[in-house]
Amino acid sequence: MEAVTDLVNAVVLLLNFVIVPGLSYGSQLALGALGITLVFGILRFANFAHGDTMAFGTMITVLVTWWLQSKGISLGPLPTALLALPAGILLTIALVVITDRSVYRYYRHAKAVPVTFMIASMGVMFMSNGIVRFVIGPNDQRFLDGERFIVSAREFKAATGLSEGLSIKLSQGLTIVIAIILVALLFWFLHKTRTGKAMRAYSDNEDLALLSGVDPDRIVLVTWIITAILATIAGTLYGLDKSFKPFTYLQLLLPMFAAAIVGGIGNPIGAIVGGYVIAFSEVMVTYAYKKVFVYLLPQSLEPEGLLQLLSTDYKFAVSFVILVLVLLVRPTGILRGKLL
Amino acid sequence: MSNDRKTWLAFGVIAVLLAIIGFAQSWNVSLGILNLCIISAVMALGVNMQWGYAGLLNVGVMGFAALGGVSAVLVSQAPIAEAWEASWGRLLLAAISFIATILVSVLCYRKLVPGRMRGLGITLTIVVGLALTRWSFDPAVASIEAIEPAKTGFLGGMGLPIIFSWLFGGVVAAGIAWCIGKVALGLRADYLAIATLGISEIIIAVLKNEDWLARGVKNVTGLSRPVPYEIDLQSSSWFIEAVRWWRSGALAAADDVAQQAMLKQFVIDASSIFVKLCYTGLFAAVLALVLLLSVKALDSPWGRMMRAIRDNEIAAGAMGKDVTRRHLEIFIIGSAVIGIAGAMLTTLDGQFTPTSYQPLRFTFLIWVMVIVGGSGNNMGSVLGGFLIWIVWIEAEPVGVWLMQVGTGWLDESNVLRLHLLENAQHMRLFFMGLVLLLVMRFSPGGILPEVVRKQ
Repeated sequence: MEAVTDLVNAVVLLLNFVIVPGLSYGSQLALGALGITLVFGILRFANFAHGDTMAFGTMITVLVTWWLQSKGISLGPLPTALLALPAGILLTIALVVITDRSVYRYYRHAKAVPVTFMIASMGVMFMSNGIVRFVIGPNDQRFLDGERFIVSAREFKAATGLSEGLSIKLSQGLTIVIAIILVALLFWFLHKTRTGKAMRAYSDNEDLALLSGVDPDRIVLVTWIITAILATIAGTLYGLDKSFKPFTYLQLLLPMFAAAIVGGIGNPIGAIVGGYVIAFSEVMVTYAYKKVFVYLLPQSLEPEGLLQLLSTDYKFAVSFVILVLVLLVRPTGILRGKLL
Repeated sequence: MSNDRKTWLAFGVIAVLLAIIGFAQSWNVSLGILNLCIISAVMALGVNMQWGYAGLLNVGVMGFAALGGVSAVLVSQAPIAEAWEASWGRLLLAAISFIATILVSVLCYRKLVPGRMRGLGITLTIVVGLALTRWSFDPAVASIEAIEPAKTGFLGGMGLPIIFSWLFGGVVAAGIAWCIGKVALGLRADYLAIATLGISEIIIAVLKNEDWLARGVKNVTGLSRPVPYEIDLQSSSWFIEAVRWWRSGALAAADDVAQQAMLKQFVIDASSIFVKLCYTGLFAAVLALVLLLSVKALDSPWGRMMRAIRDNEIAAGAMGKDVTRRHLEIFIIGSAVIGIAGAMLTTLDGQFTPTSYQPLRFTFLIWVMVIVGGSGNNMGSVLGGFLIWIVWIEAEPVGVWLMQVGTGWLDESNVLRLHLLENAQHMRLFFMGLVLLLVMRFSPGGILPEVVRKQ
């Protein structure tokens, strides 16, 4: 009997510290990587400004959330930020459409090489980073309200009588649910609507799509709009889960790129797979397994060290080691995206 | 306007800007900016070699600069004998097993037939090898970090004059660049950019966390200097006499008591300027050397071959040029130059702080310098380094001043005014992006575009 309890405890421990955080972080990365992969598939460049687009959208959401909170408006148990999201999305759409019109369109018409777009996106990155820091400052901002937990560790322990608790934060639950809805909507759009099909055709073979009467300007516009929606929601969910700090969003660019490339760049399903691959490897490689083995092994074999493969600070390094490995072994990514 | 005249004019403008800063703020500030301008110019030259000559997109400048920085520590700090004594056996064992792991897995990859057995062999080698390495490495690290953790807790360095670190930094950066290049240079430009961005983050992560190497986030402060200390100058008689002679006009006007006080202040000011001038001399010598070699190299048949490869890889390959090898070559050389600049920067700072390496400042700003200055043109990169650094530093006071003027009509304690003043410094990021985009759009070659030679 005790062996069974130990086993259950070990599983709960893993659920609490690896599976649940991995799932929610993976969903956030997947939404971000989808934006990168769409821009790559349609506009054919690696968008360095994506992290800062996320930061911009989140910033607007945070500001509107504060304003709503000051007016005493809330969503009850749900975070007020959800109510503020549409405003964030709209302004972010405005931002990306303006940057496209003022920066990228010129190079598109001039048929510039992808590298030029990429360097231009660095300029855009600087500018939006500057705006975000100017408006909200470089510090940590919290904007989470409402219920904290769906399941709290204490309730879980009381209900099951286990010695390990499982806690699921509301923000984590929300992240996973919203990610599923968004991805379903996106795939419906890409596969069932006329515009979506045109986008896929354009991504697959530009000349053929143009020949069939696809309007490139419209495709590009729709792509940017979808990217802005995904980026704002991903950024807000990440901010609710952790906290909002402009610099963190710049750093998120790295695992998001890794997710997009590992999954197969230009391939939306690949971006989702990549997001979870990166998130789970980051969490699993940096988790200290000592307690799990204490439960699983007999007392005489108890491990001495923490059994942590890498310290938590190497989180970002993990995603890049995977990235480099994938580039070496299978440059098209897991799901055969385009070769850059 | 011919490019030569434009170059002279542009550097004239830089000189005037520095002079304005000298008169308006102080010469101390102006010289401080000049020193960092020179370092930035060296870094920009390194990036220009990779991007301007060869079209390689290296977005990992930060990593190579940090490698240069850590070599300053490794060269100049005195070795910690106890740490070595406590750990050398295990360290040696760890190093041997680590190198053996790599060699055996490369051997497996080369000699075995592709298939499941090869994959299994390589995986097994890596897992066993790394486990062995950590088995001897972890206790070694623990024993090193246990020795006076508040003061040292690392292996120390070689105890050499810090100026050797400039060379050593270049060598370390070149070595790491060789490893990276071997792995990543086969990729197309976009992948290379993302890969180098990631690798630079990994380098910073290692420097932050491996306390045994350079104390990680605990920083190494008080690095030795290649130039005299201000405090020594202030007490040496020859320096005081020199200052007395130099400022004799001002001193003669005052009476005896005031004269002593004035002289003291003059000596303090002069000592800090003198130290900065010494640095300027050293840095300028390095810049001149790197610039001279770059110009010579770009004009040589080798430089012509590089440009040919950049402009058309396939044609150059068809002419029998080994494109991959040449790319590796230029990647290593450019990275070494960045490493040298990184070591110079840490020498100037007198401390090594891994947390200060941020991609916006160390990677993307250098890129702005190269693009704005003129990629493919060495003088352009130097100009970009100077100009962008001045703008980057001076944007802060100018921005705050503009905000003060602009919000003058608001109340002193107005929340909006306070917020704007507090955050005005961040507008320089916005401004940098704007400059980059404007130059790319309206003057794609940069301020001093590449000179296309027709043979």
